[in-house]
Amino acid sequence: MGIVFHLAWRNLWRNRRRTWLTAGAIAFSTILLVLWVPIQFGAYEIMINASLAVFPGHAQIQRPGYQEKPKIRNAIDNAETLAKKLRASNQFVGVATRAQGFALLSSGTRSYGAQVVGVEPVFESGTSSIPGLVKKGRYLSGIDAQEMVIGAALARNLKIKIGDEVTLIGGGKDGSVAAAILPVVGIFESGSNELDRFFSEIPLHTFQNIFSMGHSAHAIAIVGKTVEEQDSLLTALRQETKDRNDIVILGWEQLVPGLKEGIQVDKVSGFIFYGILIAVVVFSILNTFLMSVLERTREFGLMLALGSRPKRIAMLMMLESTLLTLMGLIIGMTIGSALVYWVHIVGFAYPGMEDLAQQYNMPGLSRLYPQLDLFNFLIGPGSIFIATNIVAWIPVLRIRKLEPVEAMRTI
Amino acid sequence: MSTVTLHKVCKTFGEGKLAVHALRDIDLEVGNGDFVCLSGPSGSGKTTLLNMIGGLDRPTSGEITVANQRVDQMDKGELAEIRLRNIGFVFQAYNLIPVLSARENVEFVMQLQGIPPEIRHQKSKEILAEVGLNGMEDRKPAELSGGQQQRVAVARALVSEPALILADEPTANLDSVTAEKLVELLRHLNDEHGITFVISTHDKMVMGHARRLLKMHDGKIIDDIQQR
Ligand SMILES: Nc1ncnc2c1ncn2[C@@H]1O[C@H](COP(=O)(O)OP(=O)(O)OP(=O)(O)O)[C@@H](O)[C@H]1O
Ligand SMILES: [Mg+2]
Repeated sequence: MGIVFHLAWRNLWRNRRRTWLTAGAIAFSTILLVLWVPIQFGAYEIMINASLAVFPGHAQIQRPGYQEKPKIRNAIDNAETLAKKLRASNQFVGVATRAQGFALLSSGTRSYGAQVVGVEPVFESGTSSIPGLVKKGRYLSGIDAQEMVIGAALARNLKIKIGDEVTLIGGGKDGSVAAAILPVVGIFESGSNELDRFFSEIPLHTFQNIFSMGHSAHAIAIVGKTVEEQDSLLTALRQETKDRNDIVILGWEQLVPGLKEGIQVDKVSGFIFYGILIAVVVFSILNTFLMSVLERTREFGLMLALGSRPKRIAMLMMLESTLLTLMGLIIGMTIGSALVYWVHIVGFAYPGMEDLAQQYNMPGLSRLYPQLDLFNFLIGPGSIFIATNIVAWIPVLRIRKLEPVEAMRTI
Repeated sequence: MSTVTLHKVCKTFGEGKLAVHALRDIDLEVGNGDFVCLSGPSGSGKTTLLNMIGGLDRPTSGEITVANQRVDQMDKGELAEIRLRNIGFVFQAYNLIPVLSARENVEFVMQLQGIPPEIRHQKSKEILAEVGLNGMEDRKPAELSGGQQQRVAVARALVSEPALILADEPTANLDSVTAEKLVELLRHLNDEHGITFVISTHDKMVMGHARRLLKMHDGKIIDDIQQR
């Protein structure tokens, strides 16, 4: 091994410029991958957090079938008691009970259909950013207060301002007509068209009275420490609710299926780009190797004539390719990790990001931070390493067929 | 005792109408410690004969024995082994590995043989001194003259103490003075160490130094002259 390593190292420096160019190409693409993959995953994290923070939460407890067909009759009995129990377990960051229905909201001359959500005002801010997004007036004051907050676009459409009354007409759980007149105490602006246009919140007990719900509700939204800990969150929830067989626990992928799909599509296009990048690098390396093997055919013939085994020469070539690749990878990973670390500290922002974050009541959105984990860091360099070692076999296979006499004839 | 024995050795390149009979029924014995020169016109089969003896290529038919081992029946691996242990080679040109210094080129074969570093260093130094390359041990081939490069090749052939050294036109790229010095060195090594040499050449001066002169023509040995 000593002799092979020695020769490989010397051969690497035989054509300095070519070696540096090849190592540079490897280093450059490594830097791109090491830096960009974590930023890409950081962006997904932000997207997920941002979408879940507005309303869905990290997980929800519902009645089976409610997610697919949200019928008002399909409600969880004694939902508040269950929520209280979950809160008491101290395992969750936010737990909030919600009752949900549709109603016609009218003011003077105009009427619009909207989603009406009954919430526990004290706890809702732990699972949703809407309480913090009230731009005019205030949020709901108590669990049985007779009041309402609505989205800004809805308020505009209904031509109402703070203090105006809204007539609500819908269908109750028992089939009766649900009707009430409630003053609007707050108007929120979430930035989401859907919410601002079709969304309103009233206190939970008020909702239960109007819609004849008794003590039932439709969902308990739960927020854990981070989205990534979803699995342990779901396990904990299952543990805490194992005495209830009338409910299902839904993770965020089930609550917001479009989000996961969108990320999946983005990931695929990202990885196609990385694949092309790696392919370009690998072909440049293959080219370098093929050239250096062809140039040295005579020399390999000499080594064979002197009694080297072809296997040894093949090893030499593999080692040269590995050394060259490693050199590029080490340079790339060093510079790349320094850059990632720097971005991790200062964050990565594009123009307007800060304003958006403020508008959406999500300080976490103002800057993008690379998602630092070993997989993200190693996936790029690892793929380059494996790919170059595979293509290095192409010239090496030529060597195994080499005959000393013929090899020494070549110029 | 003979170091090399050939019996009815034929080598044919190609087949049918295109067949080239490079060697035809060669019978030859080279005694221990002999200094044999192969001469003959271009294409007469000198290189082919040396390649057969050196196990670089296999004969089409016939028997070849080198250092009591049947070379003609060996597989690739065994041939590599006998070349490594029992035969030294000096080629016409491009004898050296360009990235290695003179000393490292000499040690290359010993490294393949698995000889420990201390012994390698010691031996390579001695042998480079013997071929007159004192003080040039650390030069790369590119920093040596043609004659010096050939001396490094001789040192490398010598260092594993082979039974036989084969040299294919070792002086072809050298001027006459340098060529003569090289041949004198080979002859000196032959006298001193009793190493058997088989050398192919077109050079009358080289033939003049041979103990035995073989003349080849069209794949046959047509003359066999004992000189001194
Ligand atoms: N690999 C090969 N394929 C086909 N024919 C070959 C091959 N090697 C040698 N020959 C032929 O065999 C014959 C002998 O060639 P060889 O190289 O042994 O001659 P030589 O005596 O060494 O000539 P020179 O003095 O020019 O070196 C020539 O006719 C040559 O063309
Ligand atoms: Mg020849």
